[in-house]
Formats: sequence, C-alpha cells, structure tokens
Amino acid sequence: MFRDLLIISIGAILVQNFVLVQFLGICPFLGVSKKVETATGMGFAVVFVMACASAITWVVQELLIALGIEYLQTIAFILVIAVLVQFVEMFLQKSVPSLYNSLGIYLPLITTNCAVLGVAIQNITKFGGLEYSFIKSVVYGTTAGIGFTLAIVLFAGVRERLESSNIPEFLKGMPITLITASLLSIAFMGFSGLSF
Amino acid sequence: MKNTFLNGIFKENPTFVLFLGMCPTLAVTTAAINGIGMGLSTMAVLVCSNIFISLLRSFIPEKVRIAAYVVVIASFVTVVEMLMNAYVPALSKSLGLYIPLIVVNCIILGRAEAFASKNGPLKSAFDGLGMGLGFTCALTIIGSIREILGAGSIFGFSLFGESFQPMTIMILPPGAFLTLGIIVMVINIISQKKKKGESKIV
Repeated sequence: MFRDLLIISIGAILVQNFVLVQFLGICPFLGVSKKVETATGMGFAVVFVMACASAITWVVQELLIALGIEYLQTIAFILVIAVLVQFVEMFLQKSVPSLYNSLGIYLPLITTNCAVLGVAIQNITKFGGLEYSFIKSVVYGTTAGIGFTLAIVLFAGVRERLESSNIPEFLKGMPITLITASLLSIAFMGFSGLSF
Repeated sequence: MKNTFLNGIFKENPTFVLFLGMCPTLAVTTAAINGIGMGLSTMAVLVCSNIFISLLRSFIPEKVRIAAYVVVIASFVTVVEMLMNAYVPALSKSLGLYIPLIVVNCIILGRAEAFASKNGPLKSAFDGLGMGLGFTCALTIIGSIREILGAGSIFGFSLFGESFQPMTIMILPPGAFLTLGIIVMVINIISQKKKKGESKIV
C-alpha cells in the first residue's frame, strides 16, 4: 500500500509531470510565472484545490454511479470544482485573511485551470474500482499539484533571469518563453527512465 | 459579417496571436490528424455554445452568468464526447482526456463572455465559426510540422522512405513548446519587417 502511494507520488511529481509532460495547466504556467513569489502562491493554491477536488469528485462519482448517470460526469465535475473554488475563497477570506490576501487574485483563476478537472477525470480512469481508490485519488491529486508547483516555480526562476538578459528583438516575449519551457521539459524527460 | 468571420482566422487567431487554449494546442498535436480532430470538435462546441448563449443572453442573470455559460458549454462537450465515442472511436481514443477538457478551454468561455453575450445568434455563429477555423488551422499546422519532423509522415502517409532518421524529440512533449515558439518567432519577424517597410514609406 505504502509502496503504491510512493510510486503514484513520484510518478505525478516527476515522471508524468502535469505541466511539462501532460500539458495540463499551461495557461497559469505561462501566465503567472513572471515572478517566483506569485508563482509560489499560485502553486500552493492549486495544491490545496486539487487535493480537495480529488476527494470531493470521488464522492460525486460514487453518487453518479449509484444513480446510473455517469454520462453527466463532465458537467457535475466542473460545477463541483467551481463551487469548491468559491467556498475555498470565502473560507480563506474569513479565517486565514493573510493567506487570502497573498493568494486572492489567483483563486478564481483556478476554476478554469484544466489541471484540476484533468486530475478529477484521471482519478476515475486510473483508480476507479480499485482498492483504496479514495486514498490513492487524494494522494495523486495532492502530488500532481506539487508537481505543478515545482514546474511553475522553476520556470519563474528562469524567467526572472531572462528579464535581465539580452534577447534578440524577434524572440522577446512569447517565443523565448516557449523555448525555455521546451528546455525545461527536456530536463524533465530525464526522469522518464525512473521506474520501479 | 465577413469581418467577424475572418477576424478569428487571421487578426485575432486564438492560438498564434491571443495564446488561448494552450493545453490542447500543445498536448494533442503529435500528428496532423489529431490536430484537425481536436480543432473541429472544439469548433463544434464553440459554434453551438455561441448560438445558444446568444439566444439566452437576455434571460441569464448577470451575477450567475459564468456558471450558466459553463453549464451550457459542458452540455455540448458531453454531446460531442458521446458522438465521437460512437462514430470515430480511434480518434476519440487518441485524444482521450483532452475531449472532456474542452470545457475549460478558455477560447470558448472567452468568446461567450466577449462576443455571444453581446451579439445576435447569427453573428455569434459566424464568430464561433471563424475562431474555430483559426484554431483548427493553427492546430493542423503545428501537428503537420511535428509529424513531418518527428515521424517522417503526414496524415499517416510516409514521406521520406526507409533511410529517414526521424527527430523523435518533435513528437515528445519538448517538441510541442519548441514548434510553437519557433512559429511565433517567425510571425514576429514577418510583422516586424512589415512595420519597418511601412515606416519607410511614410
């Protein structure tokens, strides 16, 4: 059991990194990675939402199966995630205002982060019907979020350096950002040799 | 009407100019056929949701509009998902997870909010068609380049014969970023040259 969870975690963080290998959550990855500080904030908000979303969508899926309406999965999941993000926002605003102030603007953006819906659907296809599927789903969701954080923080570090370097005019902005992401992705390909 | 239609293909191309919907753009373009499939299914959802939201625009209350749009979009995505599963199972398998993820494609929600909620159904349909075609073209171009370089074929037909050494990196994840980066760079060079030419004439 513990070994299974370890394999799931390493797979989600390094080998099948959500951003650099599976291309989930590219929008915030390119959009909110100009500074390390904001990237870290976004990363932790995503870890939190993905962990909660994994737990709740597991319950929702059980409900859908019990009612025999699995085909409503996409609609049900996206609504659950939208509501969840709203609740997280309200909860943080009331009880942990300091965290809310630092994450504030990023929270609503998470609803349209495809990594969250992606992890919910992957949980069902990967672990649906298996033993301990609830624990596995939550672990997968959390570690996939950590993988997202790792990628976005590393990328923000590189981009901060790019700001002060001399780049040809036609590469400025998006092209150099994408080529940097490509190099980072090559680095993560190295982990694909990691298997148990 | 013609301008609305052409706007999405060239001037406001969702992929190369606005950088919307990056996840499917990068993830499924390992082959040209996947690019077309993803582009067309996104276009179908976009046109339907644009028409529907435009028809409902006076009934949807301001405060819950985003939630309402998401429900409309998710319903059409479910329809497209089921149709693809039934009629093109091979394509549906290779696109996999990215079909339900059309729901969170920012192009669709973006057009609903920026265009369909303010314009009539016919105009919105044309806007959806233009944007969808622009997206499809972009995905097909990226998919073709990656397939030609990475597998030596296009639409599954082999191009170079036995002796060709494919650049496998192009169909792996890093190739996606690299291809898009270089395409945007070429577009930048062309538009900068155009600007210089214009300023000389002045």
